[in-house]
Order: sequence, then structure tokens, then C-alpha cells
Amino acid sequence: MTATIESPRSGRVSSNYRRSGASKGNFEMLAWLFMRLSGVVLVVLIFGHLFVNLMLGDGIHAIDFGFVAGKWADPFWQVWDLAMLWLAMLHGTNGVRTIINDYAEKNSTRMALKVVLYAATTVIIVLGTMVIFTFNPCPMVDGIPLPGGFCPA
Amino acid sequence: MPTKPAGTLYRGREGMWSWVGHRITGVVIFFFLLVHVLDTSLVRVSPEAYTAVIGAYKNPLMALGETGLVAAIVFHAFNGLRIIAIDFWKKGAKYQRQMLWVVLGLWVVVMVGFSIRHLSLALGGH
Repeated sequence: MTATIESPRSGRVSSNYRRSGASKGNFEMLAWLFMRLSGVVLVVLIFGHLFVNLMLGDGIHAIDFGFVAGKWADPFWQVWDLAMLWLAMLHGTNGVRTIINDYAEKNSTRMALKVVLYAATTVIIVLGTMVIFTFNPCPMVDGIPLPGGFCPA
Repeated sequence: MPTKPAGTLYRGREGMWSWVGHRITGVVIFFFLLVHVLDTSLVRVSPEAYTAVIGAYKNPLMALGETGLVAAIVFHAFNGLRIIAIDFWKKGAKYQRQMLWVVLGLWVVVMVGFSIRHLSLALGGH
């Protein structure tokens, strides 16, 4: 009878024999990679967002309810803003998590700050997502539909 | 006499100060983002609520604040691309200093263009 012994670098070594803790997995590496991948996408999404909202036409003067309604009547901008919301919030949350880990030395302080951070992140992502999907671009004001080229007559 | 350790990308000079700038701009953008999602969410409350709050933003002080925010975003964006180049490009670490000056040069160009357009819209009578 022969026992098979895996090569040390095969990746199939029992977790009992690994030098680093088995439970941590690749989380930190994946977080590092996520910052770079989401960063590239966010440059495109946010530069596009700023250009369309602040540089074109009347710029900031044009921004009112009708402007937002006009954009979100179009699935293209719904998806754009949804992707921007999720990626920016996760990118920012991971950045602030890194900063908390760097500067808060006490375990209890780190824990408390991260609880506040993750709570805020969850509220903002859930709220923003619900607003994008449940938003009605053609509300009735005092029984009269709001004017807008994107609303059915 | 101790010699300078090798591989000190983030110790001193351009490497460190760009890291400091990246952190500070990142935190500023994150806190703005929290507020920005909350104010935009007012469209779900009522058209009047949203337009009233956005109207309160439209003054010269906020126009300068918006320009500062965009300055932070553009630096964070370009320096972020520099960090990606340092990490993934074979010669990235070698040219990190030159890349920072490219980042700052592009930042100046973009911010001059943005400021002229945004401030003339926001501060000009309309």
C-alpha cells in the first residue's frame, strides 16, 4: 500500500499544515483586486456622470426633479447609476475599512467603527437601489401629471 | 552607516505624498457620496422636496465646493490609475515618480477646463 503525499506547492495540502491561518482565505487579496477593477470602471462611470450632469447644456442650472426623472425614465441611466452606486459604495467602504484598520489600534475601537461603517453602507446601498427601481418619473401633482417629454400624455 | 532599504515606494517624497493625497481625497469623496445618495433620494419623497434642496445648493459657495470635490475626484481617479500601473505594469514601480507628474499635469489640464465651464455656468447670471 502506498500513500500519496501532495507536493507542498500543489495547493492541495491540508489546511492544518498551512503557515497562514486557514480560515482567512483570500479575502484581503480579493479586496485588493476589487479596488483596482472597480476603480477602472468607476473612472468611466463618474467622469461620464460629471460630464453629462455638469458640463453639457446648462450644466448645474438644468438639475431639478425633471432632470433626474428624464434620466431615470431611461433604463440606460438606471443601470449606469445603479452600477455607480454599488461600485462606489463598496470601493469607498473598503477604503475606509483599510483606514480604520491602519489607525484604530484597540480591537474594540476597530470593531465599533466598522459596525458604524457597514451599517451606513447597507443603508445607503439599499436606499439608493430602492429609489432607482421604485421611482416614478411621471408623478401626479395635485391631480395633474407633471409635464415632461418622457411621460405618456 | 545604515543604508537605505530597497523597495521604499511608499516612504518619503512622491510615493508617500501621493499616498497621503489618495487617502484624504478618498475619505472626502466617500462622505460626499453618503450625502449625495441621501439628497438624490428626495426625488422619491416629492418633486418639490428634491427641487428645493437642490436649489439650496445653487449658490457661489457651493459652486466652489463642487469644484473642490471634482478636484479631489479627478486626482483620486488619475492617481488610482497610476497605482494600477505600479502594481500591474512591469516597469510601473520604476516610473512611479514620472507617472505622478503625468497625473498632476493631467489633473491641472482637466481642472482648468472644468473650472472655466462649471464656474461660468454656476456664477454667471442665468
